Amino acid sequence: MEFGPHLVLAILEGAVGAAVLALTALGLSLVFGVMRVVNVAHGEFFMLGAVMAWFVAAAIGGHPAVGFIAALVIAPLVAGVIAMAADWLVLKRVNYDPEATIVATIGLLYIMQQSALMLYGPEARPVEAPFNSRIALPWVEWGEAGLQLYYPWGFGTTSYKLFVIVAAVVLLLAFWAFLSRTRFGLVMRATQLDRETALAFGIPVETVYALVFGLGAALAALAAVLIVPIQQAHYLMGGDPLLLSFIVVIIGGLGSIRGTIVAALLIGMSDGVISVFFSPTLAKILATLLVALVLVFRPQGLYGKTAT
Amino acid sequence: MTSHRLTSRRSLLKGAAAGGLLAASPLAARFASAQSEPIRIGFQQHQTGIGAAYGRWYGRTTEAAVKAINDAGGINGRPVEIVAEDDGTDPKRGAEVIEKFATQHNCDIAFGTLFSHVVMGSAPAAGELKLPYFVVSEGHHVASGALNRWTLQPGITDVKSQVSSMAPWVTDTLGKKVTMVFPDYAFGHDHRDFFSAAVKAAGGDVVGLIPIPPTETTFTKYFPQIPRETEVLYHVMVGPAVLTFVKELGEFFGPSAPAIFGFIDSLEAVDLASPGLEFLDGTYFWEGNPRYAQADQSEYDKAFRAAVGVDDTGASTSDAKDVSTYAHMWGCWETLYIIKAAMEASGYAGPDDRQALVEAVEAMTDMPEGMEHPQGPKLFNGRTHQVFGRQYVSQAKEGRLVKVHATSIEDTLYPDEVDYTTMSF
Repeated sequence: MEFGPHLVLAILEGAVGAAVLALTALGLSLVFGVMRVVNVAHGEFFMLGAVMAWFVAAAIGGHPAVGFIAALVIAPLVAGVIAMAADWLVLKRVNYDPEATIVATIGLLYIMQQSALMLYGPEARPVEAPFNSRIALPWVEWGEAGLQLYYPWGFGTTSYKLFVIVAAVVLLLAFWAFLSRTRFGLVMRATQLDRETALAFGIPVETVYALVFGLGAALAALAAVLIVPIQQAHYLMGGDPLLLSFIVVIIGGLGSIRGTIVAALLIGMSDGVISVFFSPTLAKILATLLVALVLVFRPQGLYGKTAT
Repeated sequence: MTSHRLTSRRSLLKGAAAGGLLAASPLAARFASAQSEPIRIGFQQHQTGIGAAYGRWYGRTTEAAVKAINDAGGINGRPVEIVAEDDGTDPKRGAEVIEKFATQHNCDIAFGTLFSHVVMGSAPAAGELKLPYFVVSEGHHVASGALNRWTLQPGITDVKSQVSSMAPWVTDTLGKKVTMVFPDYAFGHDHRDFFSAAVKAAGGDVVGLIPIPPTETTFTKYFPQIPRETEVLYHVMVGPAVLTFVKELGEFFGPSAPAIFGFIDSLEAVDLASPGLEFLDGTYFWEGNPRYAQADQSEYDKAFRAAVGVDDTGASTSDAKDVSTYAHMWGCWETLYIIKAAMEASGYAGPDDRQALVEAVEAMTDMPEGMEHPQGPKLFNGRTHQVFGRQYVSQAKEGRLVKVHATSIEDTLYPDEVDYTTMSF
């Protein structure tokens, strides 16, 4: 394939990855920012979203769009409720102690993974996209008659992949508006700034924590519902998004929403472009190297604030 | 108090009835002559991990075969018992499972592994423990001489014989310039090495090699590496992402695809009617055993399907969405019948006879088609511990796979690379 179309294809692939990664990592970053909890089970909420999407789509049947839209609503809700229950049952009991929550969420990870294995089974199952048609992309070249349009071999994408990119952008904007324009967003930011003072001002911090943990899980589940018509729901699918989310959150700065989104774009796009032109392994190596460099030279991350 | 010792007529009748039931039950009747100590077969099963779909169907096939064997009187008058352990499709755990079979479960033999890296990881443990290890893997590692005398593959053919017998058909029918997409580990490397060599020998040319890490979940990024001049795309993929793989392949090519020849591994346990797979119509697949019942279906294939619970489309009879790994799982059935034949030939009585059992398998040669070998006739090579059999090419047509070519056993043979029978036990 020629360089130009090849590069555009790489960028498109990277953008789909970055879009889903931004949503997933945002959930992790949010939970850490507000609760100071490193949620190792975050990838499992992603998996839960995908698995729920399959259950919902299979139960509803009919036109794929109906099942998909239902999954978009139900899967994040279910993931959120389960996360809130986990917060109340587990995290609250260990007083949100940083070390204890890491161990507790590791436990949660295994419980969720094995439950999925028992209830859903070991196979990868597809959810049908609401719409999915191949879009052949044109390219320009200098021919005898000047600039000409033509359709290079293998150069295309699908309508659904474009939808994922747009949907993620819309969701990110909506989330930003929610955080900066609504009362609950304000309460969340207050809790993030100073837990004690927030408590003193009558903010029900424990309720906020439960809701934030649920919201973080719901974001991961939402990202999974978007990706599941492209990939498939599988009980082990939570590993990759967890690792990438950690990379993104460390590079972007723990708890910084803006940093998370910038880093997700950086990692997602570079992953797409480097894997297309060189190798996916090199992309992972570079991402990990970047994490190491950030930790050495800018431990607070790109947009993180230094501890005071 | 004495009344307890009195035997009433009623309780006597009960006892007689119970005794009658026992005597009438098929198990008691059939195993009456033996001490009825079961033969314990350790089943290394991919219950979880990337091989889970295969593991599930290997499990069902094994259960069905053991039921059939026990219903017919067991082995040497003893019932067969399967001890299944999950290896997580992981080589390290595989070795631990083998050790558990030998030391904790007191198994007579170990059996059933599919994924080649698990075989590679487990075989040394089987060799050290002197535990006969019957793999059902397709990998060339057994016949290559990389393993040991205790490891045998008598129930499924290996990649080298599959691809070398298929390559002339591919270059003659589909095209000479081939690009290969394969998983980047032992099993995929077997494909790469042996198919490339066979294509060159058949006068074709491999113009592109595209390895893909086995844990990959998205594939479009690899496809631009496919050279434009490609006439035949050869694909083989494994793991939970196979459906994404074939779907994205179709989306990449759109209407201008080259001829496509795939190993059914890329579609095992996947419904051919899944949305997005329409482009596969007209493309070709290697099948170890045709998933869809063919017009010339043998009575053995019919009976095999019924025993395992698979319908004419290769799906579970109880759930049409539960598609089997039909091209591979017959290997478990045939392997168990080979174990039975070898145990009977060697008069196997217990772990002390393990060496005699291996020697009895090594002495086998022709295996005629029949209920023991429903996939077709086989030829076993005792020196390389590898079996050879027919291979099939099918074409996807209107959501079914239709057999278009079958190789002979002779097509699949290649010179020995090892003689395990000269190795010490």
